[in-house]
Amino acid sequence: MWLKNLVFSLLCLAGLTALAASLAPVHKTSQQPELRPADSVERTSSDAAQTVAELDAVFKTEWAKAGLTPAPAASDLTVARRLSLALTGTIPSLEEIRQFEDEPPGGRLERWLDAILNDRRCHDYLSERLARAFVGVQDGPFIIYRRRRFLAWLSDQLQANRPYDELVRELITDSGIWTDRPATNFITVTIKPEQEKGPDEAELAARVARAFLGVRLDCAECHDHPFQPWKQRDFQGLAAFFGQTRQQGLKGIVDGEGEYEVENRNTLAKETVVPCVPFQADLLPAEGTRRDKLAAWVTAPGNRAFSRAAVNRFWAELFGRPLVEPIDDIPSVGDPPPALDLLADDFVKHGYDLQRLIRVIAASGVFRIDSVAAEQEITSEHEAAWAAFPLTRLRPEQVVGGLLQSASLSTIDYESHILVRIGRLGSHNDFIKRYGDLGDEEFSPEGGTIPQRLLMMNGKQLQDRIGQNVVANASTHIAMLAPSDEKAIETAYLAVLTRRPTPEEARHFVAELADLSDTRSRNQRLEDLFWCLLNSTEFSWNH
Amino acid sequence: MEPLTDKGKRQKAEGRNECPRVLVDRRGALKLAALGGVSWLTPAAELLARRSADQPGGEPAQSIIFLWLAGGPSQLETFDPHPGKTIAGGTQAIATSVAGIQLAKGYERLAERMQHVALVRSVVSKEGDHERGTYAVKTGYRPNATVVHPSLGAICCHQLPVAGTEIPRHVSILETQWPSVGGLLGKQYDAFKCPDPAEKVPDITSQVADERIRRRLADLNVVEAAFARGRETAAAATMHRETVANARSMMTSKQIEAFDVQREPKAALASYGDTPFGRGCLAARRLIEVGVRCVEVNLGGWDSHVNNHELHAKLAPTLDAALSALIDDLRQRELFNKTVILCGGEFGRTPKINPLDGRDHWPHGFTMLLAGGGLRGGIALGATDPEGGRQVHDPYDVPDVHATVLSAFGIDPAHDELAPIGRPIKLSEGKPIAALLG
Repeated sequence: MWLKNLVFSLLCLAGLTALAASLAPVHKTSQQPELRPADSVERTSSDAAQTVAELDAVFKTEWAKAGLTPAPAASDLTVARRLSLALTGTIPSLEEIRQFEDEPPGGRLERWLDAILNDRRCHDYLSERLARAFVGVQDGPFIIYRRRRFLAWLSDQLQANRPYDELVRELITDSGIWTDRPATNFITVTIKPEQEKGPDEAELAARVARAFLGVRLDCAECHDHPFQPWKQRDFQGLAAFFGQTRQQGLKGIVDGEGEYEVENRNTLAKETVVPCVPFQADLLPAEGTRRDKLAAWVTAPGNRAFSRAAVNRFWAELFGRPLVEPIDDIPSVGDPPPALDLLADDFVKHGYDLQRLIRVIAASGVFRIDSVAAEQEITSEHEAAWAAFPLTRLRPEQVVGGLLQSASLSTIDYESHILVRIGRLGSHNDFIKRYGDLGDEEFSPEGGTIPQRLLMMNGKQLQDRIGQNVVANASTHIAMLAPSDEKAIETAYLAVLTRRPTPEEARHFVAELADLSDTRSRNQRLEDLFWCLLNSTEFSWNH
Repeated sequence: MEPLTDKGKRQKAEGRNECPRVLVDRRGALKLAALGGVSWLTPAAELLARRSADQPGGEPAQSIIFLWLAGGPSQLETFDPHPGKTIAGGTQAIATSVAGIQLAKGYERLAERMQHVALVRSVVSKEGDHERGTYAVKTGYRPNATVVHPSLGAICCHQLPVAGTEIPRHVSILETQWPSVGGLLGKQYDAFKCPDPAEKVPDITSQVADERIRRRLADLNVVEAAFARGRETAAAATMHRETVANARSMMTSKQIEAFDVQREPKAALASYGDTPFGRGCLAARRLIEVGVRCVEVNLGGWDSHVNNHELHAKLAPTLDAALSALIDDLRQRELFNKTVILCGGEFGRTPKINPLDGRDHWPHGFTMLLAGGGLRGGIALGATDPEGGRQVHDPYDVPDVHATVLSAFGIDPAHDELAPIGRPIKLSEGKPIAALLG
């Protein structure tokens, strides 16, 4: 092991030279492999721009109606940080920031997004997000449920930009063994081997309704919905589409015969339920297996609930807050906001292209608006109407992703050294366990907790990342290599908060460093600066 | 029930920080109510309060210590032996201080204290999987996709006032796979997790000297001021700065010493048994003394698919010593009537012994132990079939145990809490077990 460590140390030291370059204020002109030419932007740009313009117009009208002056546009760096957090679960590295700033301002955010959408980190991250809606976070039944296999498959689909309707059809209808046909894990996760029961029809119906249709039909599992039109029959009818789905030994998931039966809670008698859909029954095809029919109905272009639910989910991924809350109960608000249908129509019209959806939202004025305004105080009305970018609590994965990235001046990605990546994975999982996983309810409006703050204020992991470490840590590198105190402070701000200090902040920290003659005290003050930035509201809340 | 549309509007108006704000309001209201002598008690609590006026020492419980036996202990080798029957597989029983109630061999100390303890031997659940079973027993609800229900301890924290406690009021000692959670009440009600009390509480001590941490916090104010400029309302609504301040006051609170069992006399440590679990139980007593509402102490290793008898024989001394010492300790300190002890796991184990001398999962009839909190002791309710059948005499559902504990706290189990999905959810759907309540 010591040999590995030595090799690793040498590698890291070799990297220091490169780091010194990115620390230095001199702009590089070479070495920009990350940012590819904007071919995909051009491919879709003209009519995507049309949709973006319409989206912007919709919000302008709403703000005018509400008498709200929107916040100004956010800086490019702020938007770049939002995109990295939303799509890769981490923040831009100093290396990436330098490259970004070397780009000409026009179109560099589009190129930034392109680079992200071409980065495997993005697909891995989004697949975990989607998996929470599709299969939850539970361990599921042993052997017949393979969550990691499912995640890898989902990530591949996102990388290939598989049309979302196709993806969902495969989830609902796929047959076979969970390892060979990873989509079947959508079904197998509901199996309860210890109860000697096959796929759980009710659980599947609830998942389909919530994840794909944005409808909380599962309230109707036990009784008619108190405020929505859903009846218990609607829920049971949906569940009945899975009534012939079985897990059959080595064949895995298959469709057979039989009827779906429920127990009447009053009479305790068994009743057969025939498959039926809760709305738009005209979209249900006549042919196919029960699951085929259900999948066709769910993903039918005429089924508004499907496209609305997808748009609302991806909006939430990008903003940290869904357009319609709660994320999976869209009809509860009555008339959905016009932006939802505008984007949903665009999504259907362009073949359920998820990357296009992301691009359209990311290019909109409402995504690029600031969360702060110099001229006026941002109120909760601004945030509610998207007239200012909402502050939302970052997920644990994003916090630890940001923490680990901020401690390394170069980008941690699939190109990174294997030991760096293994080290990252270990710290990552351990941190999330301590910080508290959010489970399925990722977008519930909640604040932070005291244990989270303690972990960030006093935790060993944070100390390991900011403490003196010539091999690995940004704070040490900055202390060693930054040409001046001003530059050291600026670099720390960029590495942690993706921005430069305000004049007040710069003055404060320059003064803090000024009287420190010995290296050790100076290093400690820089370490304190990192601690301080990592413990700020700004670091833990998307903005 | 207010109509959903109004709720929707309110959520919109208040932004996503409705939860913490409501929490503060609630806490504030409770504090005010307590100060002003206004009764914040729910109807059931009023009933209990009235009862307390009639019966000396009958005040509602203040805290709960939940001894969680992860993995699912065998009822037959613990609190529900069937000596001489085929299903016993040779396990012997011992007499207790209460005539007619026997415990399995290995629980000799507990047997001497049986007059303080109640056993519900006929608890039935529908969940035979560890994760789902744990959820069912900890929350009193079956898992579903709609909502995560709060654990019993979280409900107690949520329903009762803070009363000057500066450290987390919901604590889980020793690692367990699924610690108690706040669920729909929010993460702030999750149990605060800590290891063996022989070790330090994690993350409570600053990594740097006190002077440096104070400088860091002063620096932090500079960064926070820069961020808040032009969005003070939004920044304040995150409650981030307040949470940092609360974390800091916890770090500096004297109450944190309650975790440190080394401050106890050697004899006390010894009486609880020199085990992590024993130290956990001792820490639990220290914690409730400073106002912690719920301490979960975890003892795993009960999942005896193989060599059931051997595994249970190994665990019995640990549980017997700690539980018995806890009962004595609470009684000596006059905390027993204010503290509910609840002990059990996610399910029981099969009456039939499998070919590997193990017992498998059995949710169809198992024992939960209750003691203290004004609950009646020296009683064993219900019975499992001596021949190993599924029929249970006088069965109780898991939620009935929850409803009983909540009633001991003076909390009305039927009280509706509004779930985030907009539908009301009762604190517990069970019926309080009348035989245990005074």
